[in-house]
Amino acid sequence: MSRQWSEHLLLWTLRGLAMVAGCIILLIGAFLAVESVPALREVGLGRFFSDTSWHPSGGVEAGSFNFAPMAAGTLAVTSGAVLLATPLGIGSALFCHFYAPRGLGVAFRRLVELLAGIPSVVYGIWGLVVLIPLIRQWQPPGQSLLAGILVLTIMILPTVALLTESSLRAVPRSYLQGAAALGLSRWATVWGVVLPAARSGIVTAVLLATGRAIGETMAVLMVMGNIVQVPTSVFDPVRALTANIALEMGYAMDAHRSALFVSGLMLLAMVVVLVAMSVWASERSRYA
Amino acid sequence: MPDPSVSPLPSLSEHRVDWPDRAVASLVWLVALLVTGSLLWIVGDLARHGAPELSWSFLTDSPRDAGRAGGILPVVVSTLMILGICLAVSLPMDVGTAIFLAEFTRTGGLLAHFVRRSLDVLAGVPSIVFGLFGNAFFSIYLGMGFSILSGGLTLACMVLPILIRSTEEGFRSVPDEYRKAAAALGLSQPATLWQILLPVATPGLVVGLILGVGRALAETAALLFTSGYVARMPSSVLDSGRTLSIHIYDLAMNVPGGESNAYTTALVLITLLLMINVLTFWIADRWLHRGITHR
Amino acid sequence: MNDKSVSIDRRPWTKRPACCESRDPCIEVRDLSVSYGGKLALRDVTLAIPLGCITAVVGPSGCGKSTFVGTLNRMTDLVDGCRVEGRVELGGHDILNGRTDLIGLRRRVGMIFQNPNPFPLSIRRSLTLPLRRHGVRNRRILDGKVEGILRRVGLWDEVKDRLDHPALDLSGGQQQRLCLARALVLEPQVLLLDEPCSALDPIAGGVVEDLILSLRGRYTVVIVTHNLAQARRVADDVAVFWVRAGAGAMIEHGPVESVFDAPRSEWTAAYVQGVHG
Repeated sequence: MSRQWSEHLLLWTLRGLAMVAGCIILLIGAFLAVESVPALREVGLGRFFSDTSWHPSGGVEAGSFNFAPMAAGTLAVTSGAVLLATPLGIGSALFCHFYAPRGLGVAFRRLVELLAGIPSVVYGIWGLVVLIPLIRQWQPPGQSLLAGILVLTIMILPTVALLTESSLRAVPRSYLQGAAALGLSRWATVWGVVLPAARSGIVTAVLLATGRAIGETMAVLMVMGNIVQVPTSVFDPVRALTANIALEMGYAMDAHRSALFVSGLMLLAMVVVLVAMSVWASERSRYA
Repeated sequence: MPDPSVSPLPSLSEHRVDWPDRAVASLVWLVALLVTGSLLWIVGDLARHGAPELSWSFLTDSPRDAGRAGGILPVVVSTLMILGICLAVSLPMDVGTAIFLAEFTRTGGLLAHFVRRSLDVLAGVPSIVFGLFGNAFFSIYLGMGFSILSGGLTLACMVLPILIRSTEEGFRSVPDEYRKAAAALGLSQPATLWQILLPVATPGLVVGLILGVGRALAETAALLFTSGYVARMPSSVLDSGRTLSIHIYDLAMNVPGGESNAYTTALVLITLLLMINVLTFWIADRWLHRGITHR
Repeated sequence: MNDKSVSIDRRPWTKRPACCESRDPCIEVRDLSVSYGGKLALRDVTLAIPLGCITAVVGPSGCGKSTFVGTLNRMTDLVDGCRVEGRVELGGHDILNGRTDLIGLRRRVGMIFQNPNPFPLSIRRSLTLPLRRHGVRNRRILDGKVEGILRRVGLWDEVKDRLDHPALDLSGGQQQRLCLARALVLEPQVLLLDEPCSALDPIAGGVVEDLILSLRGRYTVVIVTHNLAQARRVADDVAVFWVRAGAGAMIEHGPVESVFDAPRSEWTAAYVQGVHG
């Protein structure tokens, strides 16, 4: 009797803990939504993209709530970083696996793992003290979209490289044997056989890296200048959605505070979509 | 039978240079050099700017002049307290959820599916969103204010998916024979878990723990509006306290002339993370290898 | 294998081709030794593989058959710590020589493995990939070659409506024939078959075996098998490998009739009679 009872207790405890762990994300969504309600109701979704500017501290009537420049900033810095980091990350993974001599490949992998472990605030201070002065010499003011793209590229590169590397490792040896027996060169093997076989893994890697880039706060906050404007060149200073939250949460009140939660909800939605896409990509892993 | 459409069989001794192959190889090497160069640049820069100020007293003094002078002792203490709270809350959740996912859901099930998907999404949530949530839920709704407690709890939500993924991996690596043997001996399920499965799965748990600590130490954005900025020595978990990463951010962005100490703090943080990193590999290598040879 | 299955007659339509009577060597192997990480796997193999014939390599497991075949197109290079000594001459050129063009070598010497290993590509692309990489770009020629080679291996009628479907959706026997097509489409001189039928069911294996028989005369074929009946059915020459003093060695080599009916070595005699089968 008591034994059965202890097994029941165990099972239900574990179920309870798992349930709590699973509900955190719902709780996050719910709190973000509740906090967003005032802004959504009083300001309305339309004004977030049609108002003339971002001056939310004036309240619902006098203030203006245009997110578009910051959404553009996030979009620009994310797409720039993903465009750069994808080829570099895939190249790094290929280097580890097909081009580097054995020991060097392992060492390089460790190095990329190290790069993945550096905190974003450290990337930020490096960008602030080293990268920005360099850009300033070339095109003032230095704090710019370009600085954000470069720092973010280095930050998400390890995500692309490490996930791609593990999907390259999962390519069956028999494919490589088959390719060698056909007299395919190294590049022909990689391009014709290995990359198609690892395709879904690479897509997942890029999607997760994109999520990381969208959500990154500290590094872009520290190097992009944080001026609310739609960038017209890579040398313009811009403000990302994440940086905007970090800058204004400290003093935001009422509708302003609620508007910041709306932008948080938008970030969350983007990430949910990306995660859903990556799950879909990895489940549909066979070539068709 | 020579066929005009396929290039003729080459002589075996003549080496043709495959230009596309060569070009790609050079490109790949270039990428590797670029990545290595960036890392060396960042780390070298950190060491060059940070090392001159680094001393024992830097670790044991309180910050003076808004952090431009003095040390980082209260910051280190706050960081450790936040980390402690984070782990105290997330570890039991981690072990419970991981055991549930790995041992009780072999055949699927709705709850397991839901938990897995939720954790996938949770792992991708931006840290600033955790900050917003922590501020609204822990600091305001639960009335904890800007405090070490609130920051620690926010971080616990954040590292949970990392911990669970690794711990679950650990449980899954336990060979099925152990479970069968335990069942054949008539051991109860709780006894099997504690006496047999948990010890074997420990390496996975430890690796996850270390990864989680690394992530928590690196975090800044989630703490800005939960644990706050105060650089005084905290007297309880309800005091506000800043972590090393927030200290770096504040010195670099808000304190003119604070870069030097920001760099030194960054060096301390990186050294800490590096030690953690090495520890992970050491443990993973040692324990996982032993696991394999024992099997 | 019992006696009956070994003594199955050759099929009447597979007469030994004329070139095989001349016994001009295509590959000459001299004093070939292979070791893995210092451990000898194959010792002092010397034999000549006649042009246009099918040579079967038989013997018990672990006697170095696959290793031997792997040296003929230097697949052994892919194995870490593998060391090959001796000479393997193809058209008068020592292919073990460090300066050999591996890509050219593997185009001349095609290979089929025990488990079918089609790439995760469509059926069409599985065949056009090697062609494109070896210089065929014209779309019409490519299509023609795909059809021709699929007809050659008897797959055309089975797959002509789904050329753009994944090759991995084919059955095991079809996959193996596709792999054969993939190797033949490059028009090699030599074809190495490493137990090509042993992972297939008997019917699919029979289809592949008939296909191998139809290659006689046009290609020099080396087939590894531990199915003695199969060796007897398809081969012109047989090389018997055995484990001696901890390493593989060739103990007998000659035309199939003499090896099976009048073996010189007592091990061979025992082996072909199924004593150690």
